[in-house]
Amino acid sequence: MVEAQKYFKFDWITIFLFFLLVGFGWLNIVSASHTGETVNYFDFSQRYGKQLMFIFLTIGLIIILLAIEAKFYERFSSVIYILSMLSLVGLFIFGKNVNGATSWYSIGGMTFQPSEFAKAATALAVAKYISDLNTDIKRVKDQISVLAIVAIPAILVLLQKDAGSTLVYGCFIFILYREGVSPAYLLITLSVIILSLLSIKFGVLITSTAMVLIVLTHHFTRKRKPLLIQPISVILISVSICYGVKYFFDNILPSHQKDRITIWLSLEKDPEKLEHMKKTIAYNLNESERAISSGGLTGKGFLEGTRTTGKFVPEQDTDYIFSTVGEEWGFVGSAFVVILYVLLLMRILHLAELQKSQFSRVYGYSVAAIIFMHFLINIGMVMGLIPTIGIPLPLFSYGGSGLWGFTILLFIFIKLDSERINQW
Amino acid sequence: MRQLLLFIIIGITGIIFISRLFYLQIYSSGDENLYDDNAIRKVYDYPKRGFVYDRNGNLLVDNQPSYDVMFIPREVKPLDTLDFCNLLKITKEDFIEIYNKAYAYSPRLPSVFIPQLTKEDYAALQEKMRKFEGFYIQKRSLRHYQTTIGANVLGDIGEVNDAIIEKNPYYKMGDLIGKQGVEISYEDILRGVKGIKFIQKDRFNRDLGPYKNGIYDTLPKQGKDITITIDSKLQEYGELLMQHKRGGIVAIDPSSGEILLMVTAPSYNPNLLVGRARSKNFTKLYNDSIAKPLFDRGLKAQYPPGSPFKVLNALIGLQEKVVTTEDQFYCRMGYYLGSRRLTGCHAHYSPLSMNDGIAQSCNAYFANVYRRIIDKNGNPSEGMDIWSNHVKSFGLGNYLGYDLKIGNKGRIPDSDFYDTWYGENRWASTYNISNSIGQGEVETTPIQLANMMAAIANRGYYYTPHIIKKIEGQDIDKKFTTPNYTTIDKENFEPVVQGMFDVYNKGTASTLQVPGIEICGKTGTAENFMKINGVTTQLTDHSIFVAFAPKDNPKIALAVFVENGYWGSRFAGKIASLIIEKYIKGEITRTDLEDWILRYSLEHEYEKPYSGEPFGINKNTTLEQVDELEYNRLKEQLKQLSS
Repeated sequence: MVEAQKYFKFDWITIFLFFLLVGFGWLNIVSASHTGETVNYFDFSQRYGKQLMFIFLTIGLIIILLAIEAKFYERFSSVIYILSMLSLVGLFIFGKNVNGATSWYSIGGMTFQPSEFAKAATALAVAKYISDLNTDIKRVKDQISVLAIVAIPAILVLLQKDAGSTLVYGCFIFILYREGVSPAYLLITLSVIILSLLSIKFGVLITSTAMVLIVLTHHFTRKRKPLLIQPISVILISVSICYGVKYFFDNILPSHQKDRITIWLSLEKDPEKLEHMKKTIAYNLNESERAISSGGLTGKGFLEGTRTTGKFVPEQDTDYIFSTVGEEWGFVGSAFVVILYVLLLMRILHLAELQKSQFSRVYGYSVAAIIFMHFLINIGMVMGLIPTIGIPLPLFSYGGSGLWGFTILLFIFIKLDSERINQW
Repeated sequence: MRQLLLFIIIGITGIIFISRLFYLQIYSSGDENLYDDNAIRKVYDYPKRGFVYDRNGNLLVDNQPSYDVMFIPREVKPLDTLDFCNLLKITKEDFIEIYNKAYAYSPRLPSVFIPQLTKEDYAALQEKMRKFEGFYIQKRSLRHYQTTIGANVLGDIGEVNDAIIEKNPYYKMGDLIGKQGVEISYEDILRGVKGIKFIQKDRFNRDLGPYKNGIYDTLPKQGKDITITIDSKLQEYGELLMQHKRGGIVAIDPSSGEILLMVTAPSYNPNLLVGRARSKNFTKLYNDSIAKPLFDRGLKAQYPPGSPFKVLNALIGLQEKVVTTEDQFYCRMGYYLGSRRLTGCHAHYSPLSMNDGIAQSCNAYFANVYRRIIDKNGNPSEGMDIWSNHVKSFGLGNYLGYDLKIGNKGRIPDSDFYDTWYGENRWASTYNISNSIGQGEVETTPIQLANMMAAIANRGYYYTPHIIKKIEGQDIDKKFTTPNYTTIDKENFEPVVQGMFDVYNKGTASTLQVPGIEICGKTGTAENFMKINGVTTQLTDHSIFVAFAPKDNPKIALAVFVENGYWGSRFAGKIASLIIEKYIKGEITRTDLEDWILRYSLEHEYEKPYSGEPFGINKNTTLEQVDELEYNRLKEQLKQLSS
């Protein structure tokens, strides 16, 4: 009786949503990766066959994850974090270069991407640190420590030219905010992002002038005027951010990333150059949008997408998998996938809020935030809402490391959640 | 707030994504179908275009293969332009120009690079085609004319233009479509329906095989063969007789409305408008604004008909009972109102009745008849409309409804016409007395006159003239087999027919008799004018002749029109007699007429207005012969035709 009760404690809604996404994702991998006319689902030489194998192995992984004592994750989080960071560092020595990013280990024909697992490790470490009784997250010292825990993997993956994964670590700002840091951090982050985009789009002069005007107007219309040094320093910092970002954009940013932002912000006005860009650097985006668009309301049907079959969208079974959904399943199918993600994320957040232990709550929050960042960047990119950034769609994209990374991330939380009753 | 922030952000993200999906997939999706999908290659399979036979089963038009070099601008990869241009016999500048033009049309859709290669060029190119990415060869079928005659009837096919593509999505860039003659009239029947294969491509433009195993593919439907009513031997004969003249001949079988021949002169060899040479030759023909070889005079030359129109006035006079066959009228070398001469006339005995009126083509006789018709009830407006309706019942004054796409309405005035001209009730029959003799405001085209002859030959009805005789596996339009009745009673035709018979017997065409055939005819002349340096100048009259034969159970009705040929029997009458004899007997006994027609040319007459010198017309013109060499060439052609 007690044993049976234990299983019912797992949040089956989350598990159901997980398998729905994985299953539907796999169907789209079949579409995007099949080469011949007939599809043999168990052909392990094909990518869809391999992915099916990964999915089966995932079930074993899940059983192991759920079988492990919940306390283990909390107790060993530091060890897991350190091991994970070592595996990232090891890439500099043993790493294999795939598509310009040195983020793979290759062991006997199998490749393995440690950065996919580093996210879960970092989430554990952050949860552990914040939930420590000696930690007060409102203290700057502790804030710096958390920042360090997050920054180490973020910088390591950036050095391995995996900018997408670095961005994901930005999501920890939501966790810090949830746990009590000042909203000023969020506002400042937001302001910097907006300032940066404005100075790239409209130029430094216009942006800084506007900034100066806004700050001064605000200052002189206030009833209780603080010292003049306050608005002046705000102006100085903003203007230097504008200049810095612009300089970084023009001189330091690698040209392919610069071009992606150029396309995204419609900076290129010369129609000929724009046409050229559409055929070269924006080719993926252009084809991906066309594939999605061609799906119409109900899509062309499973395995019927002409652009998918013709492999018009590169990387379509990994980063651009959502364009397959768009073409073959149409608006109905794509909106369904978006809703599934939203439901999954909200369910996780909801569960996180129910946690009694801070560790579980912070961890749950991290899971939701990490998956959300992937969801936001990937689907936003595939539909042309944000600049092209290579990042997989969680549970959907082809790849064993990614699938397992997210499985570990999610099911550790499901395990933690199942022990909610025993938490205090 | 701290607990809700991420919730809210996730929710908003979901809404934004779904809105974006809505925008991409529903709002701006357009109607992307298989045809617009650039992942699907469309390969067309062109059906055989139907053949064209003449009424005796002689093949006139069939097909020959041709190869178009097609390309999709976006898919063209850098290539050895020099080699490519040499193979196609073009310059690099041509290459760039064609490329840019097609790119402007659409970088994604196929355009024709070079149309209609010769077999030799095709063979040379075929070997190296692999090297030129983005280019491919589309096989098409071109017309092949088994004859050098009948260009105006047979017509030609050419590439569709943008306007057609826009109107009818069946046609794609580079498709061929009927442009003139029966090719345009029966385009849908001759063309068939092209088949299409959908082929899945990948992004490197490689074929991956049939799209969905070809379930959307269609097979081409072959074009149907047609038989036209033209007698090609007769047509050829007519064209030969019209050498060195300008004008038109239309001959109709009155018992069916079938057009037996339809000559326009000058014409051209239909083979000039085949293949790559088409546009060059067409431009040349089009730009010849003096001889106007593309102007079908048989269908379009609109002039006052002159004397042939008199027979209609005789018929109307009898029908309206304002004149009997016995009534006689005086002619004092013209028709006088008081002391004013309204129309002149030539020397003949006087007074005369209807039979002689027609046979002698007396202007005064018909002026009297016309006035009686118009003034019948003392109301010229009413009389005018009655007259106009009778005339129109012969198919004059409007499009005849035949199955060729060109023509003119002609003009038959009515009371409204003169009311507008002179003011209401401010005119009388004397104002338009010229209508009595086919001058004045009346205008007709040769095919209308030939049809009028058919109606008279049938004593009161005609079938809408048509060029189609048979369509493989389907009936021709019903309107071609339904008689159209004129407003004149049958019994009123006999005296008029007799009068026309006497035109040959003892009247203005008595020198044109053909032994053994009872021909009814009527001579005519049409005054005509031309603007030379802004001055309207009269030119030598057009020679006109209408006829049908035999008098009973007529087999052929025709109108001949020779520009600046002067009086009716001078050129047109001779040609009419010869055609009638050729058609009815199959051989010519009046070889003297034949010789005369071949020998005499009107070229000098046509040059006059362009010479810049003052020139004489009508009485002051002389006949000129073709040189001996040309005469022998024509004789040789004639011999081949008879054999």
